[in-house]
Amino acid sequence: MTMEHRKMIDDRKIKTAEMANIDLTELPNVTVGDISVENPRMTARQVQVNYGDKVAIQDVSLDIGSCEVISFIGPSGCGKSTFLRCLNRMNDTIKSCRVSGDIRLNGDDIYAPDVDVVPLRARVGMVFQKPNPFPKSIFDNVAYGPKIHGLADNTGHLKQIVQEALERAGLWSEVHNRLDDPGTGLSGGQQQRLCIARAIAVSPEIILMDEPCSALDPIATARIEQLIHELSSEYSIVIVTHSLQQAARVSKRTAYFHLGRLIEVGLTDKLFIKPQHEMTNNYITGRFG
Amino acid sequence: MNDTAKGLVSPKIATERVAASMAKRKKRERNFQRLGRSAIAVALAFLIVLFVSIFAKGIPGFFQYYVEIGVEIDREKLDPTGDLTLQSLYAGDARGVIRSSLYAELDVEGRSDKRAAGKLISQGAEQRLRKLVYDDPSLMGTKQTLRFALDDDVDSFLRGFIKRETPEKDRRINDKMIDYIDRLQAEGKIVYAFSDYLIFGSASRNPEMAGIYGAFIGSILTLTVCLLIAFPIGVATAIYLEEIAPKNRITEIIEININNLAAVPSVVFGILGLAVFIGIFGMPRSIPLIGGVVLALMTLPTIIISSRAAIRAVPPSVREAALGVGASQMQTIFHHVIPLAMPGMLTGTIIGMAQALGETAPLLMIGMVAFIVDVPGSVTDPGTVLPVQIFMWADFAERMFVQKTSAAIIILLAFLITMNAAAIIIRKKLERRW
Amino acid sequence: MSDRHIVSVFQQELDTIKTKIIKMGGLVEEAIVSSSTSLYDRDAELAEQVYAADAVIDKLEQEINDEAARVIALRSPNADDLRLLLTVIKVSGNLERIGDYSKNIAKRTRVLLEMRTIEGSPKALRRMAREVEIMLGDALNAYIRQDEELARAVIARDEDVDQLYNALFREFLTFMMEDPRNITACMHLHFMAKNIERMGDHVTSIAEQVVFYTTGIKPEEERNKADITSSDTTLSNLGPMVIKGKG
Repeated sequence: MTMEHRKMIDDRKIKTAEMANIDLTELPNVTVGDISVENPRMTARQVQVNYGDKVAIQDVSLDIGSCEVISFIGPSGCGKSTFLRCLNRMNDTIKSCRVSGDIRLNGDDIYAPDVDVVPLRARVGMVFQKPNPFPKSIFDNVAYGPKIHGLADNTGHLKQIVQEALERAGLWSEVHNRLDDPGTGLSGGQQQRLCIARAIAVSPEIILMDEPCSALDPIATARIEQLIHELSSEYSIVIVTHSLQQAARVSKRTAYFHLGRLIEVGLTDKLFIKPQHEMTNNYITGRFG
Repeated sequence: MNDTAKGLVSPKIATERVAASMAKRKKRERNFQRLGRSAIAVALAFLIVLFVSIFAKGIPGFFQYYVEIGVEIDREKLDPTGDLTLQSLYAGDARGVIRSSLYAELDVEGRSDKRAAGKLISQGAEQRLRKLVYDDPSLMGTKQTLRFALDDDVDSFLRGFIKRETPEKDRRINDKMIDYIDRLQAEGKIVYAFSDYLIFGSASRNPEMAGIYGAFIGSILTLTVCLLIAFPIGVATAIYLEEIAPKNRITEIIEININNLAAVPSVVFGILGLAVFIGIFGMPRSIPLIGGVVLALMTLPTIIISSRAAIRAVPPSVREAALGVGASQMQTIFHHVIPLAMPGMLTGTIIGMAQALGETAPLLMIGMVAFIVDVPGSVTDPGTVLPVQIFMWADFAERMFVQKTSAAIIILLAFLITMNAAAIIIRKKLERRW
Repeated sequence: MSDRHIVSVFQQELDTIKTKIIKMGGLVEEAIVSSSTSLYDRDAELAEQVYAADAVIDKLEQEINDEAARVIALRSPNADDLRLLLTVIKVSGNLERIGDYSKNIAKRTRVLLEMRTIEGSPKALRRMAREVEIMLGDALNAYIRQDEELARAVIARDEDVDQLYNALFREFLTFMMEDPRNITACMHLHFMAKNIERMGDHVTSIAEQVVFYTTGIKPEEERNKADITSSDTTLSNLGPMVIKGKG
């Protein structure tokens, strides 16, 4: 994302607040609901993200549990994608971005000065909004990660890794006989599953998904949601989504963000029947957003 | 209908008004198209005129007149010491051998007649004979029918540029020579054939012996040096500026300067090369190495700018995908960004090389205009390049040089087109990945 | 921050449903009172009106159900919208049953008017009906205003209605034992009293839905069933003693 794009988002945020006559200081200082879980995989405390002198996220604390699916919802520009990208330090690629706060993966601070982002990103994988397979063959797409991280003992092992990743992503049966075809030649839904296979191939602990289905048709979306359900027995999955119904369908916990703050977090079924905070209620019923 | 209505027009009225505006809009577009087409036609016409004139003048330059005579390959005369070394051959009298054969053919007696006959054949003939004998000593002592180039004045006469009607004292050929020429022609001994001199000969004051070989090799050497310097440095600079350098004031200043350098007249780079490499470092003039360096300096901005554009054109989604899977910045650049940017980088390089191929001014400044007869064997041998050779030939007075100049231009164009074609093929092969 | 939906049609659909349930509630309140008044005033025409008006109530329930189903299908409602729609279906069902009971009372009134009057019972019935009518009014107000406290108060008052019914039950037993000619009339009157008691239960059910609507949690406490007539053995022993006593 370019700087101009970020700036546009920030300007929109300010405008939205103005339009709604909200004073940003009116927002709650404390998140409603239980932010912590038992045996969390990742913990975040008092995270703040600035782009230049604009504040994108303020005082966000949240736990990501083991083998759970948690969804981030909220209106455009609320900071959910920004927070997601903090978890695997993808925000490092944006020059004006400064992240403060404590984010830990299995207890280790991921923003410590001596931390190398490369292995971090192998343990915290990411799937993006628009499917972005490498312009290489299907095999090379999945094999790239294991190759550069040296995960395979030999060529045969590499082939097995690729096969298993594609199987877990539900794509093997469709591509096993054409692994040398370009990855970009697949349909949108297949490409996204290829990207998921690519993320799985490096054996992550957590998979971050930034609106993975927004570019897909309903059938492809349903396939991915089924896949998320299957994967959640092995991996923690954090999914940012614009679709409330998708959050309701796939996630066990839901976190509602608004204008850079975490307003409420709770079990999805409870939250969608009776949210604790009025702002959450207004957002998910469509009164405000 | 209320004409003072403000705001959005109702669909019905809109339909009417749009229909009404169509005629005028279409007319404007038709005029514009007509203008465009006529501009193209004019450009095409000029192009055709240009090519026709080049080819009209140039094609004849690929041919020249030869004479075929029987030659007694006299061993003693050619190889006085008898050991067939070059020294011996050069000490020998190849010219005499050829002349005697010619005199025999034409039945020439008398000194002035002999002089006339001698002027018929090019001075390059003796080198040919020496080379022939050196390569194939078994020809010694035999009589062979050999083909030798005719002197350029004879050639011009045969082409009709020197006219019979002109008074003898104003002509470059005297009547006796014309007489001999007519006789040889009548016997069918004069041949109009493809000029091997043009391709394989080097610089020479004799037009019939002049060729582009030396300049051609010089161009190849110079361009190779240029490519080997400019491409890696240019690509590496582009990568550094786009991917690695922090976005601060210094980087901005570097960028501005590179962009400006692309517009600097090329002769300035020649002056730079002259002052720095030749003046300060004391390197020899006129060598392809210096020429290549100067051209590299000139081409670098083009390569850098187009490579940067190619790198910028790589969608950020590919970078994010690579980073997301745990690739380091270097791995992202080398495994993903560069392969995708390569077609664009190559395009920039092709453009730069094509420019460099045709550059004359900077090379003149560093002295690659010297009259070099020998073909440069390495980048440190003195040499010249094709455009400079053409430039020099354009200066000479002899009529034959006119044709050869146009022929050399055609060769230069062919060289350019081949280079471009090769590069396009390479680029297409790399683009297939998408 | 507004409490109107951004999609105005959605807001209109919800408002329509709310309007209809209020309207239905009003019609049912009227039916409750009119049915018992028609007996008290011996007004056969009023009884006919109540009987006929039940059709409108039934139609409203159908409409509310259909529209709720439609909104659920099309709008994927969440949170309080979802709770509103789930409860409105149940509430309209409860209202429809109350309306049916009123119709039943009106039917029996027509029959009773042919018979001899039983002193005092119509008044008692009317008082009981008024009690239930007030409860229903409060329950509906609590629904629209999302007033949890009021709803819980309504739930508590059901006990009073049950007590009134118990009293009437004993009274009817007494009348029937006094004079067997009263039995037919008392049977009818008893059914009416039972109906009104059942109405009270349905109003309580409505109030429970209000609690769910406002808090998202169903009320835990068991409803106090104070109606002991089905379980109390002492009441049933009254009969033989009295008949013996006639002598």
